[in-house]
Order: sequence, then C-alpha cells, then structure tokens
Amino acid sequence: MVAAPQAGVPGARRPSASRRRSWVGWRFVGPFVAVFALVFLAPIGYSIYLSLFRTQLIGGTAFVGADNYTEVLGDAQFWSAFGRVAVFLAVQVPIMLLLALLLALAIDSGRLYGAGFFRISVFLPYAVPAVVATLMWGFMYGTRFGLVGNINEAFGISLRDPLSPDLVLASIGNIVTWQFVGYNMLILYSALRVVDPALYEAAEMDGAGQLRIIWAIKLPALRGALSIATIFSIIGSFQLFNEPSVLKSLAPNAITSYFTPNLYAYSLSFAGQKFNYSATVAIVMGVITMIIAYAVQLRGLRKES
Amino acid sequence: MATTTPRVGHKPRTARHASASSGPLVVRPARRASRRKRRSATLTALTVIMLVYTLLPLAWLAINATKTQKGLFDSFGLWLDGDFALFGNIADTFSYNDGIFTRWLLNTVLYVVVGAGGATFLATLAGYGLAKFDFPGKKAVFATVIGAVAVPGTALAVPTFLMFSEMGLTNTPWAIIIPSLVSPFGLYLMWTFATDAVPKEILESARVDGAGEFRTFFRISMPMLAPGIVTVLLFNVVATWNNYFLPLIMLKDPDWYPLTLGLNSWNAQASTVGGEAVFNLVITGSLLTIVPLIVAFLLLQRYWQSGLSAGSVKG
Repeated sequence: MVAAPQAGVPGARRPSASRRRSWVGWRFVGPFVAVFALVFLAPIGYSIYLSLFRTQLIGGTAFVGADNYTEVLGDAQFWSAFGRVAVFLAVQVPIMLLLALLLALAIDSGRLYGAGFFRISVFLPYAVPAVVATLMWGFMYGTRFGLVGNINEAFGISLRDPLSPDLVLASIGNIVTWQFVGYNMLILYSALRVVDPALYEAAEMDGAGQLRIIWAIKLPALRGALSIATIFSIIGSFQLFNEPSVLKSLAPNAITSYFTPNLYAYSLSFAGQKFNYSATVAIVMGVITMIIAYAVQLRGLRKES
Repeated sequence: MATTTPRVGHKPRTARHASASSGPLVVRPARRASRRKRRSATLTALTVIMLVYTLLPLAWLAINATKTQKGLFDSFGLWLDGDFALFGNIADTFSYNDGIFTRWLLNTVLYVVVGAGGATFLATLAGYGLAKFDFPGKKAVFATVIGAVAVPGTALAVPTFLMFSEMGLTNTPWAIIIPSLVSPFGLYLMWTFATDAVPKEILESARVDGAGEFRTFFRISMPMLAPGIVTVLLFNVVATWNNYFLPLIMLKDPDWYPLTLGLNSWNAQASTVGGEAVFNLVITGSLLTIVPLIVAFLLLQRYWQSGLSAGSVKG
C-alpha cells in the first residue's frame, strides 16, 4: 500500500538482512512453476519441434529444417491476415486507449456527477464474454431484427450493412472497444489514485491550471500503466480470434478462414490437419508480437527515466 | 453510489505505513469536498454519451430476452413486444435439447471453481513467495513468468492441444482446467500486492515465535492479502467463465461444453442445413450467462477496486 510518490520512504522491496536466502521460497513458488512448465514451456518447446517437420502424403513425416518458416514468409494468406490485424492495431488500439485515458482523467478530476456509477458501468462490458458480446452486437448489426434494420425501416434510409466485407473489420473494432475501454480506464484510473494529492495542492498553489496538472503530474504518473495497457492491447489485437470466429456464422462471406493469423492457424490445424505448418504460423506470430510488445515496453521505460 | 468508497480492506499497521497509505483515506475526501462545488455539467454530458454506448447493448439484450422468436423479427429492437415472454424463454432455455443448458452451466461452474480458484491459490502462493523470500533461481522464475505474459496465449493453443491429445486429456474437463490454473498476470498482481501489504516486521516476529512459514502464511499473511486475492480471483473467474478458444479446440463432446461454446453452437445451428433457429434462446441464454458475473462485480467492487489500486502502485 505504500504509494509510489513517497520516495522518501526507504523502499520496502529492497532486500534486507531479515530475508534469509534459502530454499524455503521454492515451496511457495514451486507449484505455480510446475503447472507453468506444463502449460507454457512444454507447448512452446513442442511447437518449435513440430515446426521443423512436415507430413507429406508420400513418405510420412520428415524433418524439413526451416522450410516451414520459409513457406510462412512467402505465404500470401498469412500476410493478408497479418496486415488486417496490423491495421486493426493501428486504428482500434489508439482510439480505445485515448478514450480510456480521457475517461480516467474525467473521473479522477472529481468534476463528474455520479462518477462511481459511471466508473462501474463503463467497466461492466469486461465481464461480458467475447462470445456473448459478439452475438449481441452481431444481432444488433444485423439487418433482419437488428437495430440497423430497425433504423433503416423507421427512417426509410439504407445504412450500409456493418457485416459487409469492407465494414466488418471496423465492426469488430467497435465490439472490442466496447468490451475493453472500461477495463483500460480502470487500470489507468487505479494508477491515478495512488498519486499523492499533496502534489496537486502544491501545483495549484503554484498557480498551475488543470491542463498543466494533467500534463505535468498525471500523465507522467500514468506512463507505466499506459505502457502495460498498450502491451496487453497489442497482444490482444494480434491474437484476435473470438470475435471473427463467432461472427463467421452471421457473416460467412465477409470473414475468411484466414481473416486473422489466429483464425488461420486454427483453420490449418482443425480443417486442414496441417499441424506442423500451423505451429510454425503460431510461432512466427508469437515472435512478432513479443518483439513489438518488447519495443513498446522499452520505449515506455525509457520515457519514464 | 458513493464516490468515496473506503479504499482499503486492511488497516495500516506501522507508523510508516500509516503515513504512506492514509493519503487516499484522509486527504482525498477533503479534496473531494472542496471540489464538489465545481462539478462540471459539460463533462458529465460528455460521459453520458459514453454511458449510453456502454449500456445500450446490455439494454438491448435484456429487452430482447423478453421476446418470442417471432417478436424478435416483428418489433422494434429497443422496445418491448406485445407479449412478455421472458419467463417462457428462460424455461425454454433450460429445457431445450433435454436441458443441456443446465449441463453447460454446471460445466462452467466446475471450470471456474477448480480452474480460477486453483489459479488464484497458485498465484497467491507464488506471488507471496517472490515478494517475501530470497531463493536461488528467483530472478529466473520472475523473468520467465513476466516474459510469458507477452506470449500470445492462443499461439500455444494448437501445440497444447496436440500435447494433451497425446496424453489422452482432450475432450475431458482436465483439458480446460489445467491450462486455466496458470495466470501470469495474477502472479504479477499478487507479487506487487504482497510486497507492500505484508510488513516484514510481522513475518519476523512470527518466525521468532517459531511459527512455520506455511502456518504464518495461512494465519497471518492471507488475511492481509485479502483485497489482492479478491481482485485476482475476480479476474481469473472472468477469464475462465468467458473462455472460448481453449474449449473450442479441446472439446468435441457438447456434454463438456461451457456456456460460451454452447451458446455459439445454438447460434450456429441456424445457418446449418435443417438446423433449427433458436435466436430467442441464444439471446436469453446470453443474458443468463452474463448476469452472475455482473452481480459478482457489483457486490465485490469495494474489494477488487482497492486491490487493483494497490496492485497498480508499480504499474
């Protein structure tokens, strides 16, 4: 509970003589590490192993070295899927995080009526499963008994079908934004809560306006939380699967089997039985995601110092 | 809803902690009071737009759960239809297809209780261990686990499926429960929380009194960790309750489906040849699926919000 700005307090985390170095800690960490090894490390190792082989109709499974990787790099379907999530990432994530930031600042400003109600309401969609959120929005988008159909009927206009091939990515972006804007807002708001209020008072006494306070105190305090939120959003975007997978039954023509890299890896395994190639696609995406997440983290940390 | 919710579930114990953590407790209300005069109607109006965006789909779901399948097509989406069919829909949801919805609900509860409960326990133990003990390999453990947060979970799904299928675990509840037991984010949150919530002086005195480490953990540390545990538990419950990708891959037999997979299969059957469209049941089932989580979040918000604030200290 020690608030970050109390820099004068000797860091509670600093190792002290009282913390004896022994194996006792392993008794606490051990169970987690054991399960972690089974469901994280082993599959990573196994997929690297898989990616080095290929099953052919003639000759069975053979070691092919880096062949699968060369194939992914030249795979137009993979790159089209990758391009789609990259566009999604470039458009949806900034919109969502900016909204979350503005909302967090608005709530923290203490100038809202009903701030508590607002905070919890905006967060609620996070508790809605992606499947339910997608079904719900999918029905609302629908022209049959959805709101778009209703509006068209009521006003005698013809809005474009949100589930048409050229709009479906934006429609998915809206679903994801709806689900996660409150979650991100809460992460940012929590970070604002631990700022020492004395800083604001000092700033006000020095004649700083609200915008100046936001710029000079609140945004720097949010840097760590913002970089964490950004990293989670990047990972989430590259993993995009649930929404397109569920929407596929409502919009079969707009969503291909390689709509996102994850959907592509899934289709390769479960419709195509190409397990080795699918593992390779997953690894390539994983590496790209980690490189980008890592770069963002470094940027975030460098700015902090 | 009060804006000045009490923020901590555990009291500061030492002078140092009191001075540090009473900031939000004591100073904030004063600041709030002075600001109350300056509430902004413009700002509130802007956030109302956001509120409409957030709540409209949920209202749509609740309204349309009261309609028959015919009513869905005939009536305006944001207003009630002539006949109020909510209770009929709920009864139909539970009885359709020999009551498989009940089975899915029980499966989900099983996955949540064992998976999310176990994940919270493991994360609490390990987070506490990382925060309070120095042991060989600690840095390696920490680096690996934090690195794993950045590994796309779904990238592991296919190899995990193949591994589990060789072990004979696919199409069993274990295939869902075991992967749910690990929550790197939960560990991170517990580690930051335990670092500050449990003063080392108390652990020292327990050691001096001759209490074993586990006894100290369960008797003394766990209660202090409560807000952090509730926070991690809620996030794990949401993750498990909402899980879709993993069950989709692991399970073939609808008898083991969780609610998410079941609802999607009801929706998908409308577009299969000869499949019966049951949109009213998909909508009512969706509503029934989200209600428990929303209730849990509302009831426990005091705890998880304070846990989240504490956890974000080092965000």
